[in-house]
Amino acid sequence: MTALGDALTKADFQSDQETRWCPGCGDYAILSAVQGFLPELGIPPERIVFMTGIGCAGRFAYYMDTYGMHGIHGRAPALATGLATTRADLSIWVVTGDGDALSIGGNHLIHALRRNVPVKILLFNNQIYGLTKGQASPTSERGKITKSTPFGSHDRPFDPLALALGAEATFVARTLDTDRQHLPEVLRAAAAHAGAAFVEIYQNCPVFNDGAFDVLRDRAQGAANRIPLVHGAPIRFGAGLERGVVREADGDLRIVDVADAGEDALLVHDAHREDPSLAFALARLAERPTGPTPIGVFRAVERPLHGAAATRDRERTVADTAALDALLHAGDTWTVA
Amino acid sequence: MGKTVEQRERVVVRFAGDSGDGMQLVGGRFTDATALLGNDLATLPDFPAEIRAPAGTIPGVSAFQIHFASRDILTPGDTPNVLVAMNPAALKANLATLERGATIIANEDAFTRRNLERAGYASNPLEDDALADFRVHRVPMTTLTTRAAEGLEGVGTRDAARAKNLFALGLLSWLYGRPTDGTERWIEAKFARRPAARDANLAAFRAGWSFGETTELLEVQYRVDPATDVAPGTYRQVNGTTATALGLIAASVRSGLPLLLASYPITPASELLHELSRHEGAGVRTVQAEDEIAAVGMALGAAYGGHLGVTATSGPGMDLKAETIGLAAMLELPLVVIDVQRAGPSTGMPTKTEQSDLLMALHGRHGESPLPVLAAATPGDCFETAFEAARLAIEHRTPVILLSDGFLSNSSEPWRIPDATALPAIDPAFATAPSNGTPFLPYARDARGVRPWAPPGTPGLQHRIGGLEKQDGSGAISYDPANHATMTRLRAQRIAAIARELPPLELDADDGAELLVLGWGSSYGAIRAAVRRVRDRGVPVARAHLRHLEPLPPNVGDVLRAFPRVLVPELNTGQLAYLLRARFLVDVRSHAKVSGQPLFAAELETAILEALA
Repeated sequence: MTALGDALTKADFQSDQETRWCPGCGDYAILSAVQGFLPELGIPPERIVFMTGIGCAGRFAYYMDTYGMHGIHGRAPALATGLATTRADLSIWVVTGDGDALSIGGNHLIHALRRNVPVKILLFNNQIYGLTKGQASPTSERGKITKSTPFGSHDRPFDPLALALGAEATFVARTLDTDRQHLPEVLRAAAAHAGAAFVEIYQNCPVFNDGAFDVLRDRAQGAANRIPLVHGAPIRFGAGLERGVVREADGDLRIVDVADAGEDALLVHDAHREDPSLAFALARLAERPTGPTPIGVFRAVERPLHGAAATRDRERTVADTAALDALLHAGDTWTVA
Repeated sequence: MGKTVEQRERVVVRFAGDSGDGMQLVGGRFTDATALLGNDLATLPDFPAEIRAPAGTIPGVSAFQIHFASRDILTPGDTPNVLVAMNPAALKANLATLERGATIIANEDAFTRRNLERAGYASNPLEDDALADFRVHRVPMTTLTTRAAEGLEGVGTRDAARAKNLFALGLLSWLYGRPTDGTERWIEAKFARRPAARDANLAAFRAGWSFGETTELLEVQYRVDPATDVAPGTYRQVNGTTATALGLIAASVRSGLPLLLASYPITPASELLHELSRHEGAGVRTVQAEDEIAAVGMALGAAYGGHLGVTATSGPGMDLKAETIGLAAMLELPLVVIDVQRAGPSTGMPTKTEQSDLLMALHGRHGESPLPVLAAATPGDCFETAFEAARLAIEHRTPVILLSDGFLSNSSEPWRIPDATALPAIDPAFATAPSNGTPFLPYARDARGVRPWAPPGTPGLQHRIGGLEKQDGSGAISYDPANHATMTRLRAQRIAAIARELPPLELDADDGAELLVLGWGSSYGAIRAAVRRVRDRGVPVARAHLRHLEPLPPNVGDVLRAFPRVLVPELNTGQLAYLLRARFLVDVRSHAKVSGQPLFAAELETAILEALA
């Protein structure tokens, strides 16, 4: 137990359970980053809840020394909505994967975002089903050979951010499992957001889909391909910031050489735009993380929270017996002597 | 002109018309007036699943039946004494339910050639001898209603004609001497913001009453005195939906736990969502979830947070909720799941009643996942059963399934209002941090096999729970074979142990009874009525009714074995009978009915006599 007033440390968030992901799994880095950043919030561990679904990411809850519920496949956003609706005093985090959130639990995800339920949703996207040993996921690329798609996946993948923006999520961000600076920054921004926060984390699966994000994770390639989004700053990237994003006359976004386009032509990132269209265009700038890909906070806007009225009534006090008695006697009554 | 007044002990009236004719509305109002007069009563709404089936057709017929009496009654009545038929289809759809000599009051204006064709009549039954066995009163309700509204400001002919249901209500109110002032106040309140509609409906209601009083068509007025054989107390009228909502709120108040109802719209369970959403605030909150799975998930999420989590649905929704109910069984958290049963399989007949989800409630989950199952017997009993379901869930940290059905949810009866202060307190007994530094064991059990409930926010008790099998005591993930066997046994034992705190099954038996009639759920009234009829013939018989279906009260086996013959009537193909035969090796006979209609006393009377033959 942590006494109030004591500074919390990473160790306060590490449970006694042995972590059992495969060696080299991106989940280790994410777990470490989360445990490392949570003390900053100053929220005692008993007021933090991690709720998870099924899949490798689902085990996350067991490794956090907070309250935790490992739920069932795809349903964590629904479970978390019930908790958030009734307990405004908690910091609630959902950890999910691409299959869990976008396939079996797609409906709950979009509605949690639509309702702006005050929960933080971390989607570990590895573009594959790991725990069931290597089937195509809704983010696997077309043509992907897996156990369930021996002749290549036929289906077009989802872009998780485009989906979240389509649901008009109030906070949408993307980061990388191994980026020790960027990942906590995004988590911090998500924690500070009052409503539903959706964070896609590109996560490497070394067993079934190794190297899927190398163009971004790899030190040399990463610098060339990560497009950092910073609110209020022109969007530019590359080792020497030599490339950037401009908006064409027809509204399309295009990657250009800054030298050719000129600095003034660069699009200035505005995460607070009410209209999600520009964030959607940024999400679609890279259809797959195989070339230059934006990372960072795409959108952060304010909207009333789900159950806002109830949230004001933090005590959620139940009626007393006299009020119950009045309720039982409501309407027409008659007495038999 | 003086009219004869005849005394009647009991009367069954059925209002039938097109689904746009407002039959449920006038039936409900007639019921309220009847309740306030002090008659005992039971009602049965019977309406199509389509909001507006083609006008004038048989599938579009909506009916409301009320049975009222000067003595204790038990069912909405098997056959109507009076049928109010607002059009030919209503007559045709209900004629088969009438006995010879019954009264038919028909809106003759609606018996046009077009309506007759739509109902499949080759000739007008009011004019040929098709109704020779009945007492038929032809009343031009539409014409009289329109005439009554003539000259009212802002009332067009169409508005006036639409008020013909209030004319019928006025006429029946006269026929059975129902007080009019309450109904007039009700009309005024209902149409307060639409003065033209208010005036048209008031005029129609008064015209119906006056028609009864002045016309020579109806020569007799009937009197049904207030019931005298009812227990003293303050009463109100409730249907099963209202009683369930009140029972849940009472459980919330008596446990101190705020209530969250999460539901997805489905017939007939949506009514509970509507009812509870009117009570938002004071610890009650409702969410219309995105689907059935989300609804039960939200309820379970709220329960995890230390609240009373409830979800309500009907058959198809139960199928979808099964996985989450299994999770609740594994997490050992309180959860109340209300199944307002309807005729299946699949979409089946959404507005028709059935008791065919019993075995699903008991066994419809993968793996061994036992949980308590209860069933309400009458509309008023939904209060106590809902309270009891919540109590078991909270005190035993378990999902509980409460079986209601379409009949209970819509049907109404007078209900003696319980004393709120006399309701038992429910103790959530939340866990608190151990003071001596011993580690918290989320799956340590007390003498009843119940684990601690430590909602998030409790300092020092951070722990993780989940759907994976857990180590006895610590709750850590475990794949150990012996531990899984132990946990399976413990989960079964803790549910079975609830039987110890249940009252024994009450037996209502005549000396020398050779037959036990054992029922469950909403067939309670019909079973009691049928048993009364058999007893009136001088035949001894025994009767008992189960509220708790899992676990069963401890004496069920003894009760079953005390009689040479056992008959189990139910609205399915024999699910309880199957269960009892399997558990107790008793030769239970089944009386099964699956027509979408409630059980009728007369048919069960015959079945009882046959079983005794």
